[in-house]
Amino acid sequence: MFRLDEEHLELQASFKEFAENEIKPLAKEIDETERFPLESVKKMAEMGMMGLPIPEDYGGSGIDQLGYVLEIEELAKVCATTAIIVSAHTSLCCWPILKFGTEEQKQKYLVPLARGEKLGAFALTEPSAGTDASMQKSTAVLDGDSYVLNGSKIFITNAGAADVFIVFAMTDKEQGTRGISAFIVERDMPGFSMSKPENKMGLRASSTCELIFDNVRIPKENLLGQEGKGFKIAMATLDGGRIGVAAQATGIAQGAIDEAVKYTAERIQFGRRISQFQNTQFTLADMQTKTDAARLLVWRAAAAEQDGLPYTAPAAMAKLFAAETASYVTNRAVQLFGGYGYSKDYPVERMMRDAKVTEIYEGTSEVQKMVISGFMGVK
Amino acid sequence: MKILVFVKQVPDTDDVKLDPKTGNLRRDGVKSMMNPMDANAIEAALQLREKHGGSVCVVTMGLPMATEVQKKALGMGCDEAYLLSDRPFGGADTLATSYTLAKAAEKIGGYDLLLFGRLATDGDTAQTGPAVAAQLGIPQISLASSIAVEDGWVYCDRDLGDTVQRVRAKLPAVVTVNGGINKPRYATPINIMRAQKKPRTTWTAADLGCDMTKIGTPGSPSSTKKVFEPEKRNTDTQYLTGSPEDMARALADLLENEHLL
Repeated sequence: MFRLDEEHLELQASFKEFAENEIKPLAKEIDETERFPLESVKKMAEMGMMGLPIPEDYGGSGIDQLGYVLEIEELAKVCATTAIIVSAHTSLCCWPILKFGTEEQKQKYLVPLARGEKLGAFALTEPSAGTDASMQKSTAVLDGDSYVLNGSKIFITNAGAADVFIVFAMTDKEQGTRGISAFIVERDMPGFSMSKPENKMGLRASSTCELIFDNVRIPKENLLGQEGKGFKIAMATLDGGRIGVAAQATGIAQGAIDEAVKYTAERIQFGRRISQFQNTQFTLADMQTKTDAARLLVWRAAAAEQDGLPYTAPAAMAKLFAAETASYVTNRAVQLFGGYGYSKDYPVERMMRDAKVTEIYEGTSEVQKMVISGFMGVK
Repeated sequence: MKILVFVKQVPDTDDVKLDPKTGNLRRDGVKSMMNPMDANAIEAALQLREKHGGSVCVVTMGLPMATEVQKKALGMGCDEAYLLSDRPFGGADTLATSYTLAKAAEKIGGYDLLLFGRLATDGDTAQTGPAVAAQLGIPQISLASSIAVEDGWVYCDRDLGDTVQRVRAKLPAVVTVNGGINKPRYATPINIMRAQKKPRTTWTAADLGCDMTKIGTPGSPSSTKKVFEPEKRNTDTQYLTGSPEDMARALADLLENEHLL
């Protein structure tokens, strides 16, 4: 648990090599232009990285959860946008189909998704259903052989490029959260449209859009799981998604540390490398210690999921701590860089912007604290 | 078709350190990597296997830590790995190395093609591949910038800088490839996991039936006279500011002062 075995070290080395060579060179440009990196998705698909933890029978690579968090961390070290594209696709779209889908749904949707031939997204959040996801306004009404979907979703990662969406909607308003159902929705279904991508502070290339459903007819066979079980599916899916985001946050933090170690060893002030000043040494030591602690929480959560143990609380702790660590570490990294850190000539300002959302999406830090304290029995 | 690819673990080129007393490369604490052109040789082999079928065996000689490059090769998709590791192999020059590698090729047997990177970044000799061909008494093509196999022949373009030679050799043959011949694939996650189950064999000098006078230091007629670190080039960066005209003028002045204009 505290040391990676040979296989995982090799996986990590391979992800690192790939990320350094193929993903890092694009990170600055896609951040500045908000261009979704389709070419990276294609390359990751060739590597088998778009469905890493999905079984080989369903088009994935059949790698365990620990391998998956290593993938997300290595991507996030160099480009947090690319990391969330993979995490949202894998944890939030592939996984619920694997877990709750019928064999037909798996063959039709999961196989091309896990192969990276198609891209996935997850649509839960609405204008008035953010942290309180139970307040779903979108509706799906059964009409013959199909459900008629109406409503809108906001802040949907990958939306601009995605082919398949897991969408939640009320099928029975009277039942509250037990009236929410999950559906597999295809991009080209008539009546489905979306806004231009949001102009965001960070993760600027992940094509986050609003989705609009105007009498979209969804075949009955695209109901994911049972009717009324959508909220449970959403919460279970987010547990895994949080491990992905926690791995992403850990990667952002480590990436910023790596940049800061390099920079402070080169930057001369007052006739000395700034790495020779105790302030730099202590700051970097704090940054690395917190990041290592975050990583161990991520690994623990991933191992719990892999072993079939309850992982809601470990995932929430990993997400809470890793996200706060990413914000702290990137903030300190910018400080160590001084004025250059505030400039777009160096990547740490981007990392600082990217880090912030890890405290917000897939459950805010406050939600994680609610989950954790709930598991502690605190009322 | 059975292809043997010979790969070497070399120090990371950005991190080379020499022992000032012995003149040998210091490997302690120095990051190592697969010799880059050997990765090209593996890629060429894998492409040939995809086209013609067969198998790709990777052979490396070195310390036990050289298993790292074996793992990478298997992760890229090679089928089998052989490590030649024994204290008496130490101190080998290219002649002794080629003898040892040729003995391994004979023991593996049944080969059609032996692939090497054109040279290794540590020794920079480009001799080992051709010398193995000589040891085995088979044809060789060096400096290949393309490779194809047809009807028992291997066809290559040889990149000679100002000209390109198109040549062929009867199989079995040795080919050494240039860095530009292809872009090596990454080790994919699936292959990394499958690599754990692929056969890995370690052979000693006795396993290979080596003549002990032909391996390691006793088998190496060449010796290194002097080893030194190249003088570090001044890479100070100066930033010129101002309008394009100002910067152009400042640059011209600098070049003139350095007698470069």
